[in-house]
Amino acid sequence: MSKIGQAISEIQSLETISKEDRRVNRIHPLSKLILTVFYIAVTVSFHKYDLPGLIGMAVYPAAVFMIADLSFREALRRLRVVLPLVMVMGILNPFFDRKIVLMVGALPVSGGVLSMLTLMIKAVLTVLAGYLFIATTPIEEICRALRIIHIPKTFVVVVLLIYRYITVLLSEARRITQAYQLRAPGQKGVHYKVWGSLVGQMLLRSMDRANDIYDSMQLRGFDGDLRTGEKKALTPLDFLWPLLWGAVIVLLRIFPVVELLGGLFV
Amino acid sequence: MHMADALVNPVVAGTMYAASAAVAGVSVHKVRLEDNQKKIPLMGVMGAFVFAAQMINFTIPGTGSSGHLCGGMMLSALLGPWAGFLTMIGVLLIQCLFFADGGLLALGCNIWNMAFYGCFVGALVIWRLIMKNGAARWKIILASVLGCVLTLQMGAFSVTIETMLSGITELPFKTFVAAMQPIHLAIGLVEGLITAAVLLFVYEARPELLWGIGTPKKEAKLSLGWTLGILGGLALLIGGGLSLAASSLPDGLEWAIGRITGSEELEAAEAGIYAAADKVQSATSFLPDYAFKGSESAAGTTVSGIVGSLIVVALLVGAALLFRFFRNKKKETVAKN
Repeated sequence: MSKIGQAISEIQSLETISKEDRRVNRIHPLSKLILTVFYIAVTVSFHKYDLPGLIGMAVYPAAVFMIADLSFREALRRLRVVLPLVMVMGILNPFFDRKIVLMVGALPVSGGVLSMLTLMIKAVLTVLAGYLFIATTPIEEICRALRIIHIPKTFVVVVLLIYRYITVLLSEARRITQAYQLRAPGQKGVHYKVWGSLVGQMLLRSMDRANDIYDSMQLRGFDGDLRTGEKKALTPLDFLWPLLWGAVIVLLRIFPVVELLGGLFV
Repeated sequence: MHMADALVNPVVAGTMYAASAAVAGVSVHKVRLEDNQKKIPLMGVMGAFVFAAQMINFTIPGTGSSGHLCGGMMLSALLGPWAGFLTMIGVLLIQCLFFADGGLLALGCNIWNMAFYGCFVGALVIWRLIMKNGAARWKIILASVLGCVLTLQMGAFSVTIETMLSGITELPFKTFVAAMQPIHLAIGLVEGLITAAVLLFVYEARPELLWGIGTPKKEAKLSLGWTLGILGGLALLIGGGLSLAASSLPDGLEWAIGRITGSEELEAAEAGIYAAADKVQSATSFLPDYAFKGSESAAGTTVSGIVGSLIVVALLVGAALLFRFFRNKKKETVAKN
């Protein structure tokens, strides 16, 4: 599948998953947003040598994956974007930080190796947390959460519109590139002589499309606001979910839970 | 250049969120002031367009690799920097949520590194300055390439600073910068050329869609009033202001005379033509040796500078008017014949 086709299928798949009727999906979007940002912030705040602490933080994504019955494989696929970048940043750490900070049996482990490992784990955990949020919360609900925390309407409407038209324009880009490839077989990308006209045509069509959209919106009574997620009555789970997980995250951050657990068996 | 959550610590992330949020707040205000409801759907569709266009690979001639479009610069050249900035935030938010390109915590950094520089340095400063007196093909290429190169350099440097401040890498600062900047110089150049190609197409097809294009400057001559005003102003500045700093050392001629005769001025002859001419000059000169009579003060020097300049200007203007008068007269005579 082409890169564009893959992007379309990812968006559609996430939209379907996020709209499924699960208990986690029904939790208030703001609770999930706050919890996700809190979890990510706490995870990245661990010291670069604190490997056991970070391993303890895996409790949250692991538990939610099980509760929500989500595909772990789908989530891991998202790591293909982040991991190479993080690896580039961390791969040289073992060469610059050679101080021995840990002995695993008779094997000395340098600070650089440890910091590289923690960096990778941080990347995996934060990406998983992000996936759990988007896989259980539709974009309309995310926009509703943004409106609740007083993010300006102008911006929220733009986000919704971008999201709505991404698949439309991605499909158009796919058609254009497919047509081009069929007429120019063997070329890796678009030849420089048609850079301007190929994308420029698409741009002008998009602008005309924006005018049509505006006209349609006006006819439907657009008053500068689009419908975000429906307002629902708050349930106890909306409070309990972030509070309970928040408490677990704080505990894992303050106390060396993993080391204490290991101490029970050593 | 998207930074992942793992590459920032909460303090750096929070600071960059605050900075980006402040600029976003101003941008929302500016977009609202425009009071153009038509712009909102345009921003949405253009955001989606940039997202889709960035998925298209453009072959870089002579290499086996490909480049992409520069979003911030492109959006701002069409929507203006304020609307462009908000649209870029929307694109970055969707990229981070749906494609894990970036991260929720690092979003503030990514907005700053990519949207802020692209929209405000690239468009508000570079694009607008270059397009001030109207657009041209070479100007679009120059603005796009310069804008993309500069903003990518700034963005890459910010990534380095943010990563270093977050204590993520053990790389020495110099090594990190030396690795980041040249790569992004090449990327900026390619992105600039791709962006220029698209904007050139828009310029040829629908130039009214481009933002910040000023009206071309008229090639008209300066009017007489303006000419006199400018000349007068310059005269006052040079004569009045700079004569205060006039050298007390002898000028070239005085110096040469001094070397020959031992004195900076020629000794006056007691009689003859020279004596007669000296008498006339002494009688008519109201500012002898460029100062009030009997005055050695700086004020005297300044006043003499101003007056002298005005006299020179008056003589020049008078000569010009006379020249024009005689030329017109000559033309009339030729026309009559």
